[in-house]
Amino acid sequence: MTGRAMSQFAPNIDEAVAAIPDGAMVIVPRESSGVPMEATRALIRRSVKRLHLVALPTSTLQGDMLIGAGCVETLETSAVSLGEFGPAPRFTAAILGKTIQMKDATCPALYAQVQAAEKGVPFMPLRGLIGSDILTHRPDWRVIDNPFGNDDPIVLLPAIKPDVALFHAAMADRAGNVFIGRDRELLTMAHASARTIATVEKLYDGNLMDDPALSAGTVPGFYIETVAVAPRGAWPLQLLDHYPADGAHLADYAKAAATAEGFARYLDQYVHVKRAA
Amino acid sequence: MTGFAPEELLADTIMRLIGDVRHVAVGNASPIPALAALTLRERGGGMPYVSLLGSRRHMFFTDGGRELFDCAGQGRVDVFFLSGGEIDGAGNINLVSIGDYAQPNVRFPGSFGSGYLYYVVPKVILFRVEHSRRTLVRQVSFISAPGGNADNVHRPGGPVALVTNRCLFAFDRAAKRFTLASVHPGHTVDEVIENTGFDFDRPEKVPVTEAPSAETLRLMRETIAPQLAEVYPQFAARVFGVKVAQTSQ
Repeated sequence: MTGRAMSQFAPNIDEAVAAIPDGAMVIVPRESSGVPMEATRALIRRSVKRLHLVALPTSTLQGDMLIGAGCVETLETSAVSLGEFGPAPRFTAAILGKTIQMKDATCPALYAQVQAAEKGVPFMPLRGLIGSDILTHRPDWRVIDNPFGNDDPIVLLPAIKPDVALFHAAMADRAGNVFIGRDRELLTMAHASARTIATVEKLYDGNLMDDPALSAGTVPGFYIETVAVAPRGAWPLQLLDHYPADGAHLADYAKAAATAEGFARYLDQYVHVKRAA
Repeated sequence: MTGFAPEELLADTIMRLIGDVRHVAVGNASPIPALAALTLRERGGGMPYVSLLGSRRHMFFTDGGRELFDCAGQGRVDVFFLSGGEIDGAGNINLVSIGDYAQPNVRFPGSFGSGYLYYVVPKVILFRVEHSRRTLVRQVSFISAPGGNADNVHRPGGPVALVTNRCLFAFDRAAKRFTLASVHPGHTVDEVIENTGFDFDRPEKVPVTEAPSAETLRLMRETIAPQLAEVYPQFAARVFGVKVAQTSQ
């Protein structure tokens, strides 16, 4: 263990997210790749403001809660819904009420834009999109004629370089290496972002890099600024291979968040008062 | 009259549309296509390959969320499924909003991967369970992905059919129009005309959609429903009575 290593560990979830400033561009993963819900509740408790939230490539409960709590100024993603529990009510209300700026995308565009940042190049080309109103409403996207082809229009997308990548994963070791398994967009997010904050279910005894089966699915501590242990840190969402989504809770959320008042009551019950362990 | 649920009929119809292919991918919020793809694979002894978004067990990708799109861009995904808050007669789909984009009257979740996959997957099967003038419109408010493009646009893929709770439409990419292919048991051509906001072609005699076989229904109910519950627990519970796993705190 090195001195640097333990310094990556935050003593609790609130301190783990303390370094995310108002106005930061924060990138978070889709529901199946480890959504940091405990960290999201901590951000809402802290009343973080004006986030530029990039949900790679979609969001569910997390985006809806951050928007409902007034933490988001700009949302850049391909879709927000509660999946089997219906539309995302606070997201929908914010769009209809024009209280957030929406940058509508399509999934592979976001992946390509984050990959551009990962490679340190200014843009990536992507097929599709031509003739879509997604493109019409994105003045920051361009169409060029493929310089290697002949009359072949293709879209260019600027790199997305987030200030912070924030995700939840299974485990981390004391050197700050974080095991992500197959959810490799987390690695892309960490590569692309200036700083990465990860919450994990538990501490791994030993070094993840010593086991080739584990190291292949590990974000090296080199890319990680902060780790916090947050057991059941994706609740009430799933952490694949570990626990399923809490369907009863999500159904209750969908009902509560249908109104601003119900959503406020939900925050009082589950966010502002720290949930008993 | 019927010994099957509407969802089972729709999935069976989708199975026929998928045909003999190597790789079927199923995106978000697509329980009926997922039921179809997994049942087809079961019947085919493991073929086609099925990539079910959100699943661990029914997903071979190891390179993160981008792999589906990279795979599709190369032509390695043969079939995909898309829906729409609105779908129009030219095969344009709207997953974003109704009204002026800057101040919409209705907002849907968003375009998901449609702005790309509709272009590059050879066989895109559209499905929209609610068949009404609200969903099947003359012209969509917002084009998440167009049914067709100008000739110089790279477009190996696009729509082949639209399945609803009332009927099956085939899509003619050259004409950019739907043709009524069959009407589901218990529904009528008049009812389809009455509830469709766009013009479509139809033969003089419109066949009735074939009902699922007893063997297909058995596979769906006994073998596939529990698999489906991994990604679609609410759907599996509602249609098949599969017990939903709940976690307690």
